[in-house]
This record gives sequence, C-alpha cells and structure tokens, in this order.
Amino acid sequence: MIAHGPLTLKVRSAEPLGHSLKRLVLEAADGGPLPSAGAGGHIQLRLKGPTRGWRNAYSLTSPPDARDHYAIIVRRVSQSRGGSAFVHEAVGAGTIVEAGMPNNFFAVSNVARKHLLVSGGIGLTPFLSYLEQFRQRGSPFELHHLCRAEDMPVFARLLEPFGARSIHLHPTRRGFDLAALLARQPLGTHLYTCGPHSLMDQVLSTASDLGWPASKRHAESFGETAVGGAPFHVLLARSGIEIAVGPEQSLLEALEAAGIDAPCLCRGGACGECRLPLLEGVADHRDDFLSAEEHAAGKLILTCVSRAKGPRLVIDL
Amino acid sequence: MGLIFKPTETFRGDFSYRNSDAALLRFPFPFPEDAYMYAVNIEPHVRGGPTAAYDHVFDVDEHYIAECHERALVLEQDPLRCQVLPHMITAEWDTLELIMESLATDYPAQFSLAREGDRWTWVNRPLGITQAFTFGDAATLPCGPFEYITRQAQGDFTIQDQRDDNLFMDGGMVTTQADWSLHVDLGMAFHEWHGPVPLAHPIGVFDRALKYLLRLQYGRPVRRLNWTMTINPRLDTSPENYPVWGPDRTTITPDNVADKVHLRVELQTLFRLPRSNGVLFGIRCYLASVRELARVPKYARRLHRVLRDLPPEIIDYKGLTRFRPMVIDWLAPFDDGAPLASGTAPEIDAL
Repeated sequence: MIAHGPLTLKVRSAEPLGHSLKRLVLEAADGGPLPSAGAGGHIQLRLKGPTRGWRNAYSLTSPPDARDHYAIIVRRVSQSRGGSAFVHEAVGAGTIVEAGMPNNFFAVSNVARKHLLVSGGIGLTPFLSYLEQFRQRGSPFELHHLCRAEDMPVFARLLEPFGARSIHLHPTRRGFDLAALLARQPLGTHLYTCGPHSLMDQVLSTASDLGWPASKRHAESFGETAVGGAPFHVLLARSGIEIAVGPEQSLLEALEAAGIDAPCLCRGGACGECRLPLLEGVADHRDDFLSAEEHAAGKLILTCVSRAKGPRLVIDL
Repeated sequence: MGLIFKPTETFRGDFSYRNSDAALLRFPFPFPEDAYMYAVNIEPHVRGGPTAAYDHVFDVDEHYIAECHERALVLEQDPLRCQVLPHMITAEWDTLELIMESLATDYPAQFSLAREGDRWTWVNRPLGITQAFTFGDAATLPCGPFEYITRQAQGDFTIQDQRDDNLFMDGGMVTTQADWSLHVDLGMAFHEWHGPVPLAHPIGVFDRALKYLLRLQYGRPVRRLNWTMTINPRLDTSPENYPVWGPDRTTITPDNVADKVHLRVELQTLFRLPRSNGVLFGIRCYLASVRELARVPKYARRLHRVLRDLPPEIIDYKGLTRFRPMVIDWLAPFDDGAPLASGTAPEIDAL
C-alpha cells in the first residue's frame, strides 16, 4: 500500500481475563480487511479520555494471518499514566478508537533453526502471535513463562492451544534454571525475551556470558520512533514567527502545519535536505546525517527528526 | 484510466519500443538540478509527484504486456534470473499480497482480487490470466509466489531479510537490470552489493541510507530515482549477456546517437513487508531515447548540462565513456544556457 494514515477501529468484544487483564478484539470500523501484521507486531492505540489522551502500544495477540480482527491484552497497571485504567474502565464493545499502522520491532528471525522464548507476566503477549506462526509452519520452539501463582490459570488457558510439550509455566523464578536452559540449546537457536526489565536483563546477560552472539538475542523494545518528546517552541528568525511543537509532532510537521514551506525529503534524518542553521537553543539531535562533531557544535538541526532539549529554539528560516 | 497497451513492441531484435506522447510526458525524469551527484535522495512514496508515473503504488503503463513478455523470454533462457532463498518464503507471500492488492485497487479495470478466507482468485485481464489458489500454499500456484506475481509486474524486484542490523538480498526477480547480477549479489549484505559504486561510500551515503532503511515502517513506503544510459531500448543489460549488448556501445555515430542512446531511469520503491519483516525493493525501469527526451525543452537543456559536467568516476561507472561526447554535441543546440527551475516536472502539458 502507499503511505497510509491512521486506522479507525471498532471494539468487537471486550473480555476480562482474570483480575487484571482485559482482552480487546478490534475490527476495521468500515468492515473492510485490516493491514497484515507480522508475529511480534504491535499497534499504538490513540485513546481519548475526557480530560487527556494516551498513545499506548500493545502487542497483537491475534494470528499473524488474520485480516478480519486484531486482538490485544491490556494489563491494568496500578502506577500507570492512566491509559490502561482507561481501557479497563471506559472501553467496551462498540467503542471507536484510532490506531497507528501495525509495526514490528520484535520480528521472528527468518533464519532460526529453533526459537527459545522466555517471558514474564504480560510479556507473554507478543509470543502468542509467535506461537500461532510456529504452529502453522511446524517451527521448533520452546517457551518458558514466568508469572505469579494467581495468574497461572489465565496464562495456562492462553497457552493451551499451542501444545503442552514445548511450553513451560513457572510460578516463581526459584527452580527455573535459566543458565542451564540457555546452555543446552542447539546451535542455530534464537532467543527472545519479553517481560519486566529485570527479567530481560538477566536473560540477555546470562546468554551473553554463555557466548550467545548478539545476532541471536532479541528483546522487545517499544517506542524506538524518532518522533515525540517534550513540547517546545521554535522561533523563525527571519520572519519572527513563533510556533509551538507538540509532544507527538515533529518540528518539521509543526512548521508545515503553520503553513511554512520548509525543505525536506526523506523525513527520517538520513538525507540532510531539511537541515537548517540553529541560532539559539540546544538541539536534541536524532538524525544520522550530521557528524558527531556537528552534533556537538550545535549549529545545525534536522527538522524532520530532531527536537529541543529546552523550551525554545531559534532557527534561521 | 484508459490504458492502451502496445503488446507487440520489442526490447531486442528490431527494438520496436517507443514512447507515446503521453508516456513521454509522464516519464520520471531524474535530474532536479543542473548538476548530478550521489545523495540519499529518498522520499516518502506518497500518491502524486512531478509526473503521473508517481500516482500509483506500482506504476502500470502502455509497455506492460510487452515487458511481461520480455521477462518470460529472459527467464526461458536463464531461469537463474529469479532466485529466492528458502527462508524468504513468508516474504514471497508478502510480496504477492502487496502487488495483487495494489494492482487491483489502483487498476480495477485491468486486475481484480477476490478473497474468501485463504481462497483467493486473481484476474489479470491484460495477460488473460485467471488463477484460483490458496494463500500460503505454494503448491496451488504454477510456480513460487514471488516468481508468480513478479512475472506479472513491470520492473525488477529484490527481497531483503533484515537481521544483524543489516539488510541481506536473499531473493529477487531481475531481468531488466543495468549491468548487475542477482546471481552474484544473492545473499550479500547492503554494503557488499553496493560495493562497486564509486564516490558514494566515502561521503557516507550508504551508511545513512542503511540506517534509514532499517527503520522503514510498514505502511510508509519510500522511493528514489536512479539512472544510467543504455544503447537501444534494451531491458536485459545483464552481465550474463554482456557479449550480446556490450558491443552496442561501439556502434554509436553522430547520425544515430539521438535514436540509439536511451536514458534509463529506475523509479525505485521500498516497502516494509508485514509478516516477514523483510523489505521489498522495486526497481521500475523507464527508457526514453535522447531524441524523445529532447522534445521536452526543459529535459533537453538539463540532460545536456548534467552529462557535460558529470564527475569522471560516474562517467566510467555508468559506462558512458565512449558515447557521452556525441550525446552532448547532439543536445548542445537545444541548450541556450538560460536558468532552469529546479525540479523534474516537464513544465508542458502537450507535445
């Protein structure tokens, strides 16, 4: 497809799973097919509460080949920014939500001979779509899931369709010998981990210590997009126009929204077409175009990806 | 849209390929400035651009049937022009889905796709094909899914696997290439297959392009143009067939230069593929003779200036050394030296 805008989705069903999990099944509001998504992919929901909004990313737990629906599982987080509580309290069948296109920072390796999955808690969600793909293709895998004892029945039910032989549930980290597990894997195995940072760090560092190459260690990493951050203002020195740059907007997008004809090409920080002289303020450089020396000198900024480290920038435009 | 195909034109033998006036006005001319140098000239692949060639996901034009026929001839002689490594099977299906969906949406009079679950029916009216198959089951197609759909598309395609913070060319359908070989490059990483390009490595073009492409997002395809020059409207200028087309360069004279020398433009598109997380690279080739291009005043002037001032390394790398002076001499009378607006639009509505 050609460059594609946000998706408008309708909640087909909303179902509680245990005490803190809720599964949403979403379909295209217009009834048409949804864009294909890969195993490990996620969508960003744009939730609109009465007083504020959230953009939260959720792993897709639906089968990768499904085009008629997406499924996600949302855990209610006690110290959250409120997005998960909003989903639990205010989102039900029939609710319309906007979402970004599916994206994937946690794709399954196409060259792995075996897949070893280690998850903790809600970190199981990306692996549910993996398991569907492994089942369809007959790919060898082994999954170890750690969770609290009271959540065991919920996760056991989610994993039930995928066969007991390769799936292991651990109600506690005691008795789970991570080093032994990693040490006995055949060559060609790829390792994937998703869950609390403490677990992921332990899995990755243990694997590293045992000699697993970086190319065979994978962890979920949400939010690697260049866009977004604290809002700031930009003053255009030649015209005297001052423009607000929102938290979800790029500097270039803010210029364009204000009707400024700003230079640009790749919109990804690679080509350098949009670079402008920076007269005042400190840039948060996120581009690949300028050299380390140019970043340090602070005299140039690429408007398509870079932002401000303070409240205000002055650029020569 | 009213697409009138030219099914009998040829890209070999009598070389009967020509551009209609409409085709010439939609030609994706590659030079926005009077001087040319390598750059990361990548932009989002949105609908619309300087000419109508940018209006669709995959551009189909009057040469469609003839190009598909030419591809079949090349594959008959050399099946190795299409190769896909086994771990790319998911990327093959991703490609088939993307091309079928895009063509059916953009050209409903020519192509249609009906889906009932995994049971798909594809209709390609220009080529007279109706194919029922099961999506995901390669045994229900006459050949692999990538070969199947790229036999029905203009231009070359490669599929890249993303791993180790790199892109690997692990499959392709390459029958219309400008002197490079899929058989040589298969399995290579990004910097390896770009190895022969002069000047661009030291200025970091490929480092930046790779970083950008590793972040390429699904639903946000990008595009760029590339170019070279070819003698005769020949699509298959492969290293494998160098003995066939290489000697053509020695046949250029001041009398035939305008008709034999063609500007060869590649409208290159890059798509993140959803299931495989691979990258599809489309290389759509357009050919126009120097005489055809000179009918557009802006193109005549700009092509003259670009060729006149090309760096020597690029002249040699693109194989222009022998005939470039004759092209410049032929174009010189069209160039009054007046300043030209930047950009590539033809700036005329009719010829």
